[in-house]
Amino acid sequence: MKKYDVIVIGSGHNGLTNGAFLAKAGLDVLVVEKNDYIGGATVSRNLHKDWKYSNCSYLASLFRPEIYRHLNLAKHGLQVVTYNGGFTLTDSGDYLGSFSDHEVMRREIRRHSPVDVDAYDRYYHQMAKWCRFIRPLLLRTPPDPTSFKPRDLDELKFLGKKFFDLGQRDLYDFMKFFTVSVGDFLDEFFDSDLIKAHKAGSAVVGTNLGPRSPGTAYVLLHHYMGDVDGAVGAWGFPRGGMGAISGALAGALQEHGGEIRINAGVDKIMVKRGKVTGVRLENGEEILADRVVSNVDAKKTFLGLMEPEDAGEKVVKAAKRYKSRGSSGKLNIALNGVPEFTALPKGSELIKGDFHIVDNMEAYERGYDEWKDGMWSTNPYLDILIPTLTDPTMAPPGKHFMTCFVQYCPSKVKGQDWNADLLKKFGDNVIDSIAKYSPNFKDLIEHVEIRSGQVIDNEIGLTEGNIFQGELSLNQLMFNRPFHGCAQYRGPVNGLYLSGSTTHPGGGVMGAPGANSAREILMDMKISTTVPEDEGDD
Amino acid sequence: MTNNLNNSYDVIIVGGGHNGLVCAGYLAKAGKNVLMLEAQSQVGGAAITDKLIGGKKVSSCAHFLNQLSPRVSNDLNLASHGLKLSASNISTIALDLAGNHMHLNKTSVKGGNVSNSDADNYKKFMTLMHEYAGTLGFMIDIAPIDIFNLDWDDKVAAMKLGWKFRFSLGAEKMSEFLRMIGMNIRDVLDDEFDNELLKGALSFDAVLGTYTGPYSPGNFLTFLYRIASGNSGAVDIPKGGMGAVTAAMSSAAKANGVEIRTGSRVKSINVDNCAVTGVTLENGEVFNAKIVASNANMKTTVLDMVGPRHFEADFVKRVGDIRMRGAAAKIHIALNDVPEFSGLARGDLINRLVIAPTQNDVERAFNHVKYGEVSTSPMMEISIPSLVDSSLAEDGHVLSATVQYAPYDLKGGWTKKARADFLEVCISRIAEYAPNIREKIEYAELITPNDMEDRYGLIGGNWHHGELTLDQMLMLRPVPEASQYQLPLDGMYICGAGAHPGGGVMGAAGRNAALEIIKGKTK
Repeated sequence: MKKYDVIVIGSGHNGLTNGAFLAKAGLDVLVVEKNDYIGGATVSRNLHKDWKYSNCSYLASLFRPEIYRHLNLAKHGLQVVTYNGGFTLTDSGDYLGSFSDHEVMRREIRRHSPVDVDAYDRYYHQMAKWCRFIRPLLLRTPPDPTSFKPRDLDELKFLGKKFFDLGQRDLYDFMKFFTVSVGDFLDEFFDSDLIKAHKAGSAVVGTNLGPRSPGTAYVLLHHYMGDVDGAVGAWGFPRGGMGAISGALAGALQEHGGEIRINAGVDKIMVKRGKVTGVRLENGEEILADRVVSNVDAKKTFLGLMEPEDAGEKVVKAAKRYKSRGSSGKLNIALNGVPEFTALPKGSELIKGDFHIVDNMEAYERGYDEWKDGMWSTNPYLDILIPTLTDPTMAPPGKHFMTCFVQYCPSKVKGQDWNADLLKKFGDNVIDSIAKYSPNFKDLIEHVEIRSGQVIDNEIGLTEGNIFQGELSLNQLMFNRPFHGCAQYRGPVNGLYLSGSTTHPGGGVMGAPGANSAREILMDMKISTTVPEDEGDD
Repeated sequence: MTNNLNNSYDVIIVGGGHNGLVCAGYLAKAGKNVLMLEAQSQVGGAAITDKLIGGKKVSSCAHFLNQLSPRVSNDLNLASHGLKLSASNISTIALDLAGNHMHLNKTSVKGGNVSNSDADNYKKFMTLMHEYAGTLGFMIDIAPIDIFNLDWDDKVAAMKLGWKFRFSLGAEKMSEFLRMIGMNIRDVLDDEFDNELLKGALSFDAVLGTYTGPYSPGNFLTFLYRIASGNSGAVDIPKGGMGAVTAAMSSAAKANGVEIRTGSRVKSINVDNCAVTGVTLENGEVFNAKIVASNANMKTTVLDMVGPRHFEADFVKRVGDIRMRGAAAKIHIALNDVPEFSGLARGDLINRLVIAPTQNDVERAFNHVKYGEVSTSPMMEISIPSLVDSSLAEDGHVLSATVQYAPYDLKGGWTKKARADFLEVCISRIAEYAPNIREKIEYAELITPNDMEDRYGLIGGNWHHGELTLDQMLMLRPVPEASQYQLPLDGMYICGAGAHPGGGVMGAAGRNAALEIIKGKTK
């Protein structure tokens, strides 16, 4: 019976990144996937006629350029197209546009709030500064602060120096930024509630926090630190939808001899005498390997795929305490044309970007309060995009695909499981919200896929549908991600590793956790590593 | 000490709150010639004993003594200056509508349907909290470490901190602490306990006096703060109300030679050639000193008294950005007799009574304040101090309660009607547990966060002169450039709760500031 060097459980983008780097280093790699398609939450799926839906994740920006280059993803068909535009619609019938041209953006801010023009410059520079500070940390393994190993001490020293080098003023500003709420953070810059609302969305996306909850400012950064072709903060679409990323990664994996098996859900990670021996599939088949990498989140890995006695009491307790609450939902919509938004000037290019309909901070916070009580927000924050305006390959000619991310949406409705009726009510609320600003929107709808956290959990295994494989809160970042003892990508038994967003640096279609994990595996095997560290694209 | 001819002193303290008194006491003890200027007719700031209409007396703001630094108490010999306790180490009783109340002590809990496993976990959890407090509590009594200008004291503190963290706590507890430090109290408690009443009461301790709800990240730390400061979290009742504490501090200060002038409102702190020269009162009187320590709010000190032009723009911006939102109100009630609380004996009522049935209730009560509304079903901490201290009410009793939550910026303002309505909400809330309270009420008053600003200079109505959140603690408090009590202006210090370690009748900020002044480090 064939024995692999490594089995990767789950073909999400991090699992594929991990497998591809290991295969590139010459290892015999098998990726097993429970669904009949690869990609996990990074997929393009034909769910309606000739439409392709990026039905989970919907944007590329955070994906590390180092991985793109080292796995030669261009050769495997990955092309990321930048988009421009975006706007927030106001209740009063106006809009605040997003412009990539700094001068135009200043003018747009002046139109709404003259005192905020200079604040925008300060805000922009500060965010850029924190992006540049944090980006080099993404492709590094966090140190264990309790360890005396030379490697950990070196890394702590590196981090200490990096922080110290910021200088007094910036270091203290960063400490503040790292713990403050996005509402308080934005209050220090802007006067206009509309501008704050326009900016605050990224800080609560995927979190179980409101804009007044400490720690949300950092999440803002988490969504800003990406880039497309070296333009920091830019966002883009992979041509053909998010599946193009997993497709290219799978191509790289296979180019180096790695294998992928679909319809191969894992039942258990097999452990003998404190060492992994392989995986047992749901159909009973056993596949042997010296190493198993779980790309599944920490909760499902340690509480679902392992026997408690294998994981150990400490890890089981920590996994139970690991927080992965779902707070978002999604609608994927097939449209027969481009919806008109009455507030936008005719022919405005802004519609090519991401747009939102919550125009004040109180509404966000009230939406969060509803979620705390187990309900979806009646006036939800929506992050809406029509990728087909930039990449027409996702829908038939003249037709469009709209992705609509919804914050907040509970993983259970007042403790009750989701059913078709609840999904419809939730979806209708979102569609009505959009239709208030777009008279022809409803008429254009040809098909809608409505997804709650629970639906996403059942389909691709993100616990409660948490888009980050675990909340991005201070207690679950860096050496605390997922928790102390497993933060360096190693599980509690020999030969077991983690590679998903459940590890540092966390969620988003970034690939960094998968790459870092591969580097650690190769280090343990004393194979000279093929995994890049930060290459300083700034 | 008698007034000197040229009105010249070594140090002038602006504001006679408890931290100012402590600071003055330490400075005078070290031989400095100190003048304290207090705007009101008595010293004590927010820590005084108020006389209600009808003559009964009650602590103005905080009504329990649980954070007073034992070091301050000993060094200034407050006992010999009249500080007495009428009750010490009292329990907390978490009130239950069905009368099945829960009694919480340092490491034990009983009643309220608490399960054995929750009781065991409580013991383990509180023991761990006390261990954290014991290990890290020394930070409260020193100036925050200035990592960019390490002097000898800073180096010693940094090494001590590292050592304690790594060796006293050990790897496991250290990593657990690093995990918990940024957490919200709700997740911490949900991880440990099942009993809702227990979690409600403990979460209340984390949010008391803050602008947070149990779900807000960071307030695990405020929970720990209560335990780390003072006498390991033990709650006492001062004899004569909180005013007796500041009276003892005042007496200690005077005994050490501090000159105290009440009714002397400082209009400006004077600066010449980038150095402090003294202060001018509103009546035009001038007092000279090369060192001025302000016990007033940081914003008041910098923006009003010294004036922004004496600081760099960046510093002024930071001071303006300090968040100080108050979300707690107080009610004072004069009673002709003790009300009956269902399920509690009269003897139980000397304890700290808490209304916080579940964490969700506390969070829902918090929701309102974010939108400028008052809680419709507020949470409370109730004290009936006259049960143990008859000097407060010769006939009858007084009840005071801290109420969460009431906003500073109430939509529509704190009109007469708004005040009456909220007072009614609060009384009804108590009446849910003490049905006959209305028959006993002689007089009741509400103190809003705005009243606290007006009366005690607590800007925003925030007890701590700046919210105690991670980004406003330690070397970030009140702003990084002033974290070691000295402002970037020669001779200008702050000594109040706005500085590390923050609010509560603790005295630590006043002591730490005095030690920095005595050390005389120049920036």
